[in-house]
Amino acid sequence: MLIVDADKCIGCGVCEENCAFAAITVVDGLAVVADTCTLCGSCVDECEVEALHIEGAEKKIQADLSAWSGIWIFAESRHGVIAPVAFELLGIGRKLADQRGVQLTAVLFGSGVRDSAADLIASGADKVLLADHPELLQYREDVFGRVLEQLIREHKPEVVLAGATAIGRSVIPQVATVLGAGLTADCTGLAIREEDGMLLQTRPAFGGNIMATIECPHSRPQMATVRPNVMAPAEIDPDHRGEVIEVELTDDLLASRVEVLETVISEGEQVNIQEIEVLIAGGRGVESEKGFDLIWELAAELNGAVAASRAAVDAGWISYPHQVGQTGKTVCPKLYIACGISGAIQHAVGMQSAETVVAINRDANASIFDFATYGLVGDLFEIVPLLTKKIQEQRGS
Amino acid sequence: MDIIVCVKQVPDAKDVRLDPETNTLAREGVEAIMNPFDRHALEEAVSLKEQLGGKVTVLSMGPPQAEAVLREAISCGADAGVLVSDRAFAGADTWATSYTLAKAVETIGDFDLILCGKQAIDGDTAQVGPGLAARMDLPYVTCVQKTREATDTGIQVERMMDDGYDVLLLPLPALLTVVKDINEPRVPSLKGKMKAKKAKITVLSAADIGAEEQYIGLAGSPTQVVNVFSPEPRGDRQVFTGTAEEQVDQLVDQIKGYL
Repeated sequence: MLIVDADKCIGCGVCEENCAFAAITVVDGLAVVADTCTLCGSCVDECEVEALHIEGAEKKIQADLSAWSGIWIFAESRHGVIAPVAFELLGIGRKLADQRGVQLTAVLFGSGVRDSAADLIASGADKVLLADHPELLQYREDVFGRVLEQLIREHKPEVVLAGATAIGRSVIPQVATVLGAGLTADCTGLAIREEDGMLLQTRPAFGGNIMATIECPHSRPQMATVRPNVMAPAEIDPDHRGEVIEVELTDDLLASRVEVLETVISEGEQVNIQEIEVLIAGGRGVESEKGFDLIWELAAELNGAVAASRAAVDAGWISYPHQVGQTGKTVCPKLYIACGISGAIQHAVGMQSAETVVAINRDANASIFDFATYGLVGDLFEIVPLLTKKIQEQRGS
Repeated sequence: MDIIVCVKQVPDAKDVRLDPETNTLAREGVEAIMNPFDRHALEEAVSLKEQLGGKVTVLSMGPPQAEAVLREAISCGADAGVLVSDRAFAGADTWATSYTLAKAVETIGDFDLILCGKQAIDGDTAQVGPGLAARMDLPYVTCVQKTREATDTGIQVERMMDDGYDVLLLPLPALLTVVKDINEPRVPSLKGKMKAKKAKITVLSAADIGAEEQYIGLAGSPTQVVNVFSPEPRGDRQVFTGTAEEQVDQLVDQIKGYL
């Protein structure tokens, strides 16, 4: 605990200025510590009259950890629709919560998303913290970050999970930074260590060539973003009961320095390839924008989406949101069919964790076959339409 | 417009493997390159400077040899290079890194804009940019795909979303992280190379930037690596033979479960 020596304190306010967490304020000439204090100690070092000290720092940090309880997931919504990854987070979150014997809470931000709270409860949430406000219709880093930060300070969850999506990977680092919390990006595995209840977060590093397991031994909450499509979505139980709690939103929480002038949903790109189970990818071998028609047709037949290598994007045959690989997106579909992609490592790192990889290439020595479950050697302009046709027949029969 | 660009020297991912005997990263013979996304951040900074005037400072945290990426950046149009380098920074996670960079930015002084690559290709976290913005209390936007308009007081950008893009207006100073769609980085000119060779890189230690020991390096990192291992290899692969039709038939048979 942070102790203020009232005899020494001169109320100069240096501690107040230096507190990154706004947890210490001078009231009537005396520093007063709020319960948002993280015991970081920066005020102790700054105090010129040595009026501050942290009592039993070592022990208290441990005691402080136990004050944090419960598993939270951030249920991302866009244009009023909850992102599929939220239900995957509920799936893994439920397991973690049961193992810890704590509640699972979903945090839902948006505008007009009130009705979706029931879906989150049916997918396993015990509580939904609902922040429904027109100002939350558009995603803005500062507003989302501040609201989430305040909720975490107030409720003290031990774990906070979010999707490793454009929004999740943008807002969560801000929140973790101001809370002084450990954050692991783009996890593909989460587990609780039995001995001490610590969250073990596993993620690929160095483009998937290496896996690392990470823990946050001294800070709470333990925060992670989770790669979409890796965790199984929660099973739906319409009888599962939960509570919806409205979050109080004040004007200063909702004030933003960023103005949204326009939101553009790209035609034909409403799908996020990171959340799709079947991806058909085209590369240099597809030869043209017109060549991609074959890829689109196969994707449509398989209810999948279209991905591409950097070569195809650079050639202008398809737009950047479709690009898979080191400088594009990392995807994890159930089925990935690579057509006319040579399989440079820069592409492979973006797709090698797919469950099943099919490679179609005329060059039997192409590296893509090293990452493939099944390989077809031949002309994609012959094979792809044939595959589309055969699948059509299969489904028809 | 005075711009600070954060760059990182990274190992070329295609060469990195885990040494199965020692369970450590086998980095020998691995080429060190400028993080590809940072190249686009640098290009954007240099072209903004060309439009509006001002100065581009490149900033990197890393070992002494990371000086090479700063010189490379100068050859591509940056005006000055600052390397924060200290053994005490070793083992920093993204939290400790954003603290260190924030201290370094404070030391550099006034700026209008900070640009970062979306993420580094070795860690792939995408956390340092937003973390730095949070520490400096700057408005920020990640994954910027286009700068529409920039003045001395504000910047209008397109931010890539999963389903399209948003058009946003930010007051300056601000921080942006960029994706590679934003521009095509230039190659260094001969004049640039000469300039880079002669340039003096400022090297700052932990003490120089006033970084406190408990917030830097391994000790200042809330996350800790427990275990590092190689991913499970994909099972046996099967390359079909025969005519196109025969191969397709075999494939359809195998992937029935997905249909």
